[in-house]
Amino acid sequence: MNRNRRGFLKLAGAAAALSMLPLKVLADFVRPKEAMAATDLKGVFASLGNAQDSDQIRLETPDIAENGAVVPVTVSSAIPGTSKIYLLVEDNPNPLAAAYMIPEGTEAFVQTRVKVAQTCPIYAVVEAGGKLYKTSRETKVTLGGCGG
Amino acid sequence: MLAKSGIAALLRGLSVCSLLFSIAANAQDDPFAEYHEMMGDDNPAIFVIEEGAELWAKPQGPKQASLEQCDLGLGAGVVKGAYAQLPSYFADTKQVMDLEGRLIYCMESLQGRDRADILRKPYSSTGDMGTELEALASYIADQSMGMPIATPQNHPAERAAYAMGEQLFFYRAGPYDFSCATCHRQSDKRIRLQNLPNLTVSAGAGSAYSTWPAYRISQGLVRTMGWRMQNCAKQQRLPQLLPGSEAVVALIEYMSVNGTGTEMAAPGLKR
Amino acid sequence: MAGSIRIRARLSGDVAEVKALMRHPMETGRRKDSAGNTIPAHFITEVTATSAGKTVLQAQWGAAVSQNPFLSFRIKGAKAGDTVQVQWLDNKGETGVGEATIK
Repeated sequence: MNRNRRGFLKLAGAAAALSMLPLKVLADFVRPKEAMAATDLKGVFASLGNAQDSDQIRLETPDIAENGAVVPVTVSSAIPGTSKIYLLVEDNPNPLAAAYMIPEGTEAFVQTRVKVAQTCPIYAVVEAGGKLYKTSRETKVTLGGCGG
Repeated sequence: MLAKSGIAALLRGLSVCSLLFSIAANAQDDPFAEYHEMMGDDNPAIFVIEEGAELWAKPQGPKQASLEQCDLGLGAGVVKGAYAQLPSYFADTKQVMDLEGRLIYCMESLQGRDRADILRKPYSSTGDMGTELEALASYIADQSMGMPIATPQNHPAERAAYAMGEQLFFYRAGPYDFSCATCHRQSDKRIRLQNLPNLTVSAGAGSAYSTWPAYRISQGLVRTMGWRMQNCAKQQRLPQLLPGSEAVVALIEYMSVNGTGTEMAAPGLKR
Repeated sequence: MAGSIRIRARLSGDVAEVKALMRHPMETGRRKDSAGNTIPAHFITEVTATSAGKTVLQAQWGAAVSQNPFLSFRIKGAKAGDTVQVQWLDNKGETGVGEATIK
């Protein structure tokens, strides 16, 4: 059975349901293209700007992840006026994994799951009042069980 | 050339499993407890369960029939609780069948589909988004969520399947002289940091059996019990085990009977 | 894709915790299939969440977000019965959408 085809048919069937929603240009939050294309941490910070260390950012990742393909990450910020949260994985081919725009009325909190290529620090970078703050934490990744 | 590739294969094998088994440490606490807690109960298998429910009701094959009249052991069309009582003996085929074997039989008999065609790709490869068998197994297993494993041992054929499964479980074979028991006979052992279930005792067999099918995080797919058996045989460098085959059914019979009483929690969420 | 997002939104005080699970391969373009061919990059690039007529979160993602992505966030001043919509757009121009009512 061709699952892709089924997916396509489903998509076509959903067109009516989707029509009430704005389909194009989902976000007015401009993609940080240059930072996302950067291949090392230095390149990311060169594009975003320098960030100072802060103990007002809470970054939760497991000490050891069972699988590097899915590493749960939770970030929350106590810095007033937090408007953006960036997630960086230092040794990934492109360290900047995700960027979030937090409008007023939304808590400075995001939880997601990212791929971590090898054991390395994960960074949370927060933008507040036009300034950047950061914290980091190392997560060990392992190969699970027998043969991956 | 042959010798060289043989050595390479041997080294690969060692790096994958056997060497690691030989240094498997005693498991203390689960090193991934924190990881599992952070992952929560958001299991992407929910998408696959939905697809399975659609496929169950979808007319297919030359007869343009759905599987809704398929008898999974509790009567035609009864899905609720069926998985917790499989494998079992079916009078119509005079065989003990597991879920996957029974589904394939229903595809043949109810939908008129070709067995070879069904078996061409029962399980996903890397990068695939899932197969029909994986989706159906997810849906049907989910319909036994929370019910105790109650694999029957009433019919002589069911007892014979258990005996054969036990024999296969301990049977050492292949280039590395491995059996299932090599990895799964003792409690509190692990490979790398992964706990190895002891499938010869109720607790180990129950916790393992009750969580398959499972969404495999590393592969982004739901894997079935039959796939798990096939993959273990592959790790042992044994010939490929086909879904629903006598050997797979016997091994599943052995594992599920040993796990009797444990509540089903499938599809699970695994590494 | 229809049904490509599952969303739960639970109210605790006046804060709604939203959890969304999206069905997407999130291929990096660096993996190979079993035949050795490179699997082309295919990943969600943007996610937008709206509730009560307002944007409540926007995300820009790279291919390093995990397969079948999970996203959780918290809306302040939320009310039971409000809806939350989550939409995604990927690098092939495909979109997905899901909706839930805050409970």
